Amino acid sequence: MPHVPAEIVEDAHAPSTLTVDAPALRLSPGHLARVEGWGMAVDCVAHAFQPEDVEGIQRVFDLARRTGRKVCLRGGGNSYGDAAILQNGIILDLTRMDRVLSWDGETGVIDMEPGVTIQKMWRAIIADGWWPPVVSGTMFTTMGGCAAMNIHGKNNYKVGTFGEHIIDFDFLTPDGTVRTVTRESDSELFHAAISGAGLLGVFTRVRMQMKRVYSGLLSVEAFDVPDLHSMIAEAEDRVEKADYIVGWVDGTADGRRLGRGIIHSARYLQKGEDVRPADSLNIGAQLLPDKLFGVVPKALLHHIMGPFINNLGVRLINSAKFHSSKLQPHSVIHYQSHGAFAFLLDYVPGWKLAYRPVGLIQYQPFIPKERAVEVFEELLRMSHRAGLPPYLGVFKKHRPDPFLLSHAVDGYSLALDYRVRRGNRERLWELTARMDEVVLAAGGRFYFAKDATLNADRARRYLGNECMNKLHRLKAQYDPEGLLVTDLSRRLALATDSQS
Amino acid sequence: MKLREKCAIVVGASSGIGEGLARRLGRAGFRVALIARREDELRAAADAINSAAGEVRAFVFPHDVRNIDEIPGLFERAFETLGGLTHIYYATGVMPKVEPQEYNFDKDRLMVEVNLLGCIAWLNCAADLFNRLKSGVIVGVGSIAGDRGRKGQPVYNTSKGAQAIYLEALRNRLAVHENVRVVTIKPGYVESSMTAGQGNLLWMISADEAARRIILAGEKSRGTVYVPRRWRVVSWVLRAMPSFIFKKLEV
Repeated sequence: MPHVPAEIVEDAHAPSTLTVDAPALRLSPGHLARVEGWGMAVDCVAHAFQPEDVEGIQRVFDLARRTGRKVCLRGGGNSYGDAAILQNGIILDLTRMDRVLSWDGETGVIDMEPGVTIQKMWRAIIADGWWPPVVSGTMFTTMGGCAAMNIHGKNNYKVGTFGEHIIDFDFLTPDGTVRTVTRESDSELFHAAISGAGLLGVFTRVRMQMKRVYSGLLSVEAFDVPDLHSMIAEAEDRVEKADYIVGWVDGTADGRRLGRGIIHSARYLQKGEDVRPADSLNIGAQLLPDKLFGVVPKALLHHIMGPFINNLGVRLINSAKFHSSKLQPHSVIHYQSHGAFAFLLDYVPGWKLAYRPVGLIQYQPFIPKERAVEVFEELLRMSHRAGLPPYLGVFKKHRPDPFLLSHAVDGYSLALDYRVRRGNRERLWELTARMDEVVLAAGGRFYFAKDATLNADRARRYLGNECMNKLHRLKAQYDPEGLLVTDLSRRLALATDSQS
Repeated sequence: MKLREKCAIVVGASSGIGEGLARRLGRAGFRVALIARREDELRAAADAINSAAGEVRAFVFPHDVRNIDEIPGLFERAFETLGGLTHIYYATGVMPKVEPQEYNFDKDRLMVEVNLLGCIAWLNCAADLFNRLKSGVIVGVGSIAGDRGRKGQPVYNTSKGAQAIYLEALRNRLAVHENVRVVTIKPGYVESSMTAGQGNLLWMISADEAARRIILAGEKSRGTVYVPRRWRVVSWVLRAMPSFIFKKLEV
């Protein structure tokens, strides 16, 4: 009998308080909300609903039909751009369907509702010696969102995307049908629902295979590199032995310093390497510290950061970061918990608020390996010439995946954060439009969890006609009324609904 | 349905400052929901706005703020009728005459219900909506009378003092949203039914002039605004005054 910790497995059939003889939904002002993309640079006003079960989702679709509205699926709301917002629409927020339905500590198979976050997932499994095979840089993403965006982690080059670890899922299409989908039962739907950006249906249950770990710690190596050539060379040197590789790129450095950064690589500990695995295989050992230097509460840090989030301030901070890493001797190994290594974006809670009053966008192009250095350097130079240096740059290595709206390539990506100010939006969008051309010319790709600036023409060139036609065919098959729409799908004409 | 810009609810719109607010908002192109107890006066005020505008901009919702239970539903109806909501003004208040040693609980209860509880019930609805929409302006019309406890009007002072604290707390709660503002207005003496028969009071202004200044303050301020502004100085002096002196004053 596998070990099933009672406290984390919740009864899937527990009666929901909301659905017992609930009155028909209506578009009341009490459901109205302004909903933002994670980067705060784009928003919408919509009616938001948070169903607690499948029936509740069906009632939202029913409401949409009655009122002529469209429905936008939303999980943790961590997509930077407009992938989970819809102006004047209905936001179907799945975060209340957040039960872990079953967990088997012997086989490492976990069954979850779509609103379960990565945080809840790792907390459920760590004590049994397992870790999620793929995680995002924040632990607040949900299963539904991770599947719909087919997210990747710092180990993308080694283990592929989130979807590659999904065993099966239940999929609710807007007509109310729920079907269980596996790779074998319906390969086409399996590979289109995952990566489908929430345009074909709703994940109502996701079953995944976790990864066995023999310690709660990773063996981590970090050192500075002078440019992107070295970053890629060092990354390639570590492909065999490292399980994770991520690079920080100083986006503000130019001239001779262009592309300088710090590489972090990490590997899992082998069985027996950590003689006391129980010490780190627990929730407490994975938590991020909530104070800086044990003193400053990190929840306050974004107030301190605010004055530095400008071209000069970030330049200073980035230089300090780069040079302090040079002080560390190379090839020194240290140990870090999975949580601390994986969830860099959660390290300073609310850090994005330092980008107020508007926010930020992230531009993440994926470039085939032969052209990557040249393209990344060109993008950085274009940004500097425009006076819009990216404040954060993150480098990762990728491999292609078999999903329909795939962002991955056999190559690398460079995720660049740009501050959006009241006065620079037009210049920034104009810059990204020019950068898109460089990326497309190199056979590069984009990622809808991040994108806020592509247009329909450039999206079609990235995805290709064959892919777009297939998406439209599947859309006509599974959502013929065109109920599932997002501001992103409208902007990029992904759903056939492009008129409303 | 896209939410409309420039939509306001005015509570207390049948006379005095509230009527002035509604008329000026209507003239400025706002769609206005007029809320007050007296239906005839309310309709007259709305008709005046609509005929001046040449279109239907003012909508009438007869309501006694003491009927607390009907406020959330009425708020929704007003919102839906307007097609959005960007501003709410709470400009209802009563100050029955109270004798020097009169302790009439009925009068006291009336003041607390109208000046304070009604304000909380209406502005809670607005605060909840504006918090979700991350934008909106809340204007509460209080009084300089709330700055100290005076011998003449114990409960009027209490209701206005408590209202000012409530508005300050709302302002602090909603401070996370740059586009939500909560403004406390403290008028001095304003010509109205409340001050009728008291002769020529210090720095008295017309209700319309008060409304003009209140609308201006609602567009610019993020704190407490005295109307006219010179009352701030008086208030500062009165608030700084030690109790052993203050209790001897006939103010």
